[in-house]
Amino acid sequence: MARRAGAPEVSAGSMADIAFLLLIFFLVTTTIETDAGLDRMLPPIEPPDTDVVIKQKNIFQVNINQNGQLLADDELIELKDLREKAKAFLDNGGAPSGSPDYCSYCKGKRDASSSDNPSKAIISLKNDRETKYSTYITVQNELVGAYNDLRNREAQRLYNTNFVEMEARYLDPETSDEVKDELKEKVKRIQDLFPQKLSEAETSSN
Amino acid sequence: MSKFAKKKDGEVPAVSTASLPDIVFMLLFFFMTVTVMKDSSLKVENVLPNASEVKKLEKKDRVIYIYVGAPTREYQKVFGTEPKIQLNDKFASPSEVGDYILMERAKKPQELQNVLTTALKVDKNANMGLISDIKQELRKVNALKVNYTTYEGDAFRNLQ
Repeated sequence: MARRAGAPEVSAGSMADIAFLLLIFFLVTTTIETDAGLDRMLPPIEPPDTDVVIKQKNIFQVNINQNGQLLADDELIELKDLREKAKAFLDNGGAPSGSPDYCSYCKGKRDASSSDNPSKAIISLKNDRETKYSTYITVQNELVGAYNDLRNREAQRLYNTNFVEMEARYLDPETSDEVKDELKEKVKRIQDLFPQKLSEAETSSN
Repeated sequence: MSKFAKKKDGEVPAVSTASLPDIVFMLLFFFMTVTVMKDSSLKVENVLPNASEVKKLEKKDRVIYIYVGAPTREYQKVFGTEPKIQLNDKFASPSEVGDYILMERAKKPQELQNVLTTALKVDKNANMGLISDIKQELRKVNALKVNYTTYEGDAFRNLQ
């Protein structure tokens, strides 16, 4: 038999085994997850230069005590009622028609003793040092939910779509730039109708 | 011997496995690219609360993580059972949070330094006192954008 020219071929039969081994390693170590959570902005530490006078009726006070009980506007309420209460407060639109603060899109009770306009309405959240984090998150979730519900309503009315979806699409890095520009305007407009004004006072210690 | 010998009947030709490595490699590369190695091991209990109104935390490169929770069992002897802050790989006191944020911020590219988010991964049994201290520290170093990382779910399940 004549000698073959060149080096003998390396058997590739075990290649699949090696690749499988690596594959299984990466399969096991992979975690495909994107974290999700509640986005919040903290207030800047230096106080604003001018003292802003805010009418008492434009503030919705939420207090959580160490047992997880909820005090909203001096009323002891259940956590599950918080969203409706917050919505009623934000959507109230108490300013009389004709005044500069008049809210044309509000569908609330127009109670003069509650908030004038959604852009004026402030929700103030206060908690105790002993409050459980899970309770706090639930309250935050409900308050953000109240804003989202109202924004969804306005987005439905103006653009026939859902605000939360619109915002998610806007923040999605895979959305193309033209769509983003278009969405940006809409998102901004809805946000301006119901701006999120959630103030967090420093924690009280007893 | 005839050139065109009749094939034996009833024999199925073997399926070629020559392309198997290619297929496996393809899968391998997929998982290699999507794998994110955990850079710090958790030393605290970290069962996050549930929330329904969540936003996704895209772009991992602009996120700084802070973990809070009770130390896991192997550390409880040394560090007790009260919730603690974990920064990178070690336990820290609230006063160290500010320095940590500044340090992490300095590590990021210039153009990202103003758009960083601080993700607070807090165990649901932690108390707000510690969180407030962290928040206060974050405000001091002007890291105002925070994300309370949660699981997606019904928020009222937290209360049980």
